[in-house]
Amino acid sequence: MTTLAPSPATKTVVEKTDVEIQAIRDRIQLVIPPAMFVFLLLVVGAVYIYSEFDRTTADILSPDKLIGQFRAHIYVTFWSTLLVVCTAIPLGIVLTREQFRKYAPTVVAFANSGQAIPAYGLIIIFFTIMGRGTITAIVALTVFAIIPVLRNTMVGLDQVDKATIEAARGMGMSKRQALRQIELPLAVPVILAGVRTALVINVGMAALVFLIGAGGLGETINSGLKLQRNTAIFVGASLVALLALAIDFAASLAERYLKPKGI
Amino acid sequence: MTDEAFIRLENVTKVYPGTEEPAVAELDLSIPKGEILVLVGPSGCGKSTTLRLINRMIEPSGGRIIFDDEDVTTVNADELRRRMGYVIQQIGLFPHRTIAENIGTVPKLLGWDAARIDARIDELLEMVSMDPKIYRTRYPKELSGGQAQRVGVARALGADPEVLLMDEPFGAIDPITRDRLQNEFLRLQQALQKTIVFVTHDIDEAIKMGDRIAILKQQSRIAQYDTPEAILAHPANAFVEDFLGSGAILKGLNLKRIRDLELSAVPTVTTPVSREAVARAIEKSVDGWALMLDEDGKPARWLDRAALDRSESLDEAGQRVRVTVEPEDTLRDALEQMLLSVTGTAACVDRQGKYMGGVRIELLTEFLQELQQAERHRQAEANR
Repeated sequence: MTTLAPSPATKTVVEKTDVEIQAIRDRIQLVIPPAMFVFLLLVVGAVYIYSEFDRTTADILSPDKLIGQFRAHIYVTFWSTLLVVCTAIPLGIVLTREQFRKYAPTVVAFANSGQAIPAYGLIIIFFTIMGRGTITAIVALTVFAIIPVLRNTMVGLDQVDKATIEAARGMGMSKRQALRQIELPLAVPVILAGVRTALVINVGMAALVFLIGAGGLGETINSGLKLQRNTAIFVGASLVALLALAIDFAASLAERYLKPKGI
Repeated sequence: MTDEAFIRLENVTKVYPGTEEPAVAELDLSIPKGEILVLVGPSGCGKSTTLRLINRMIEPSGGRIIFDDEDVTTVNADELRRRMGYVIQQIGLFPHRTIAENIGTVPKLLGWDAARIDARIDELLEMVSMDPKIYRTRYPKELSGGQAQRVGVARALGADPEVLLMDEPFGAIDPITRDRLQNEFLRLQQALQKTIVFVTHDIDEAIKMGDRIAILKQQSRIAQYDTPEAILAHPANAFVEDFLGSGAILKGLNLKRIRDLELSAVPTVTTPVSREAVARAIEKSVDGWALMLDEDGKPARWLDRAALDRSESLDEAGQRVRVTVEPEDTLRDALEQMLLSVTGTAACVDRQGKYMGGVRIELLTEFLQELQQAERHRQAEANR
């Protein structure tokens, strides 16, 4: 009995360092992205305030225009991601139910092909079908970003311990109750990771929707390219990067705080 | 026996789609009220399937299930399951819910009010010897395997079901903890008197836990259904004999608990004590050993004449009492402890660890002789 005593002690020591490493990792994840964000923001701000703009640059980078493009960018990103969430998560739930599981490979292959087509091509294809405009852009982005959320919803639900579900059903939870009270909460971290991926994809993709007249910060970059104004290109591209960083960081916070306690 | 059956399986069959052979073939089984029925058999014999047919986690392909004189073969399965506690080997606690929320699952499903659920959670945690103040707000990952299974049992008892279905509940737990959990559970059952169906592949566990045992062979066909005593004394056929294996006498020791015996008197002294008093106690002892108890009345050291003469201080004289037995332990447990003890006597203590009496090897030999005599008597009867 006494000979056993040292081993649990050493075990706790190991666990403690593991916990510490995890804490350090957490802190890095909380600190580095905002630091990068602030740094980039300062650089862009300095460039914007202190550079001498010629008339063309001043026109491209006028506050009115910039705010408009910024708004359009967020609008397209927000609605396409919301549409992704509203279609992919229910679809993922249905496809992991016993009676519909047989359709899962077909649907996943179909959704995968959406992402296999290059973003540029996909936007143009939807343009030829639906014409110019923001609605077309939102639909194209939704199709493109559906797969990470669909896949993560299915993986998240499948990785829930079968014994946990068995216990829930065995105690008298209906299928619906087991899904809502047990399976979905336990799948939340994986599903959120998928949503975060979709958000980041859509912020990037939204820089291309100016091609079909949906505006966005791509418009700013494009004007700079056409008129050979490097300052305008830099400010436009940096704003896309800043937006992506901010959204990704916000999503990482959501992942951290929406994760159910205890897991 | 059949007239007091609480649950009856009548001609129950399970054939999985795409297979010819049934997993469970035309099973008739009656489960008596307030007793533990153990289903035991080799792996793949269909014992787990049989258990899961009772709460219809698996829907039967044919036959009827009667529960408390009601045909439940086609009633709403979810509502049926809320009336039967269910414990599985992997436990399956909900990791995102606190211990309290886990235990309150079925009461909540049944729509109890919050105050009643709260009171019930505390009651159940205390019942399985876990302090509600400490454990209510913890999460399952903070528990050891033994604690998790205690919570699993408490959760199954949540809404005070009349029936408990247990599928190898102690199968994944280390032997020492398993033994303790088994004893605790038996003590609980003495008070609760639930109707329990208990699945295991371990014949020793079956003998220890079962009021009755059904030994199953392939397709859940019953090889023998009787009390553990009767099965050990009269295996019905070669299959049962094989399954019992060798050492039936030793297995017989599992049948009797220390509380059923009269404990032997061992001369004891309680610290602080003088050398003279110890010497007098040793004089009185039949085998030359006396037991010294500490201030709380817990067994501390075994002392004999030689040890007393050899040592300076009484605190270090003789042999420290390393292991003790409890009234719930079986004679087999007691035998093991005797072999470990220098004196050949196991000290029996109550739940608080206070000394109650000794268990001597003579008690075991007497019991075994009785068993053998009874067996010879039965054989003589049978031959006549």
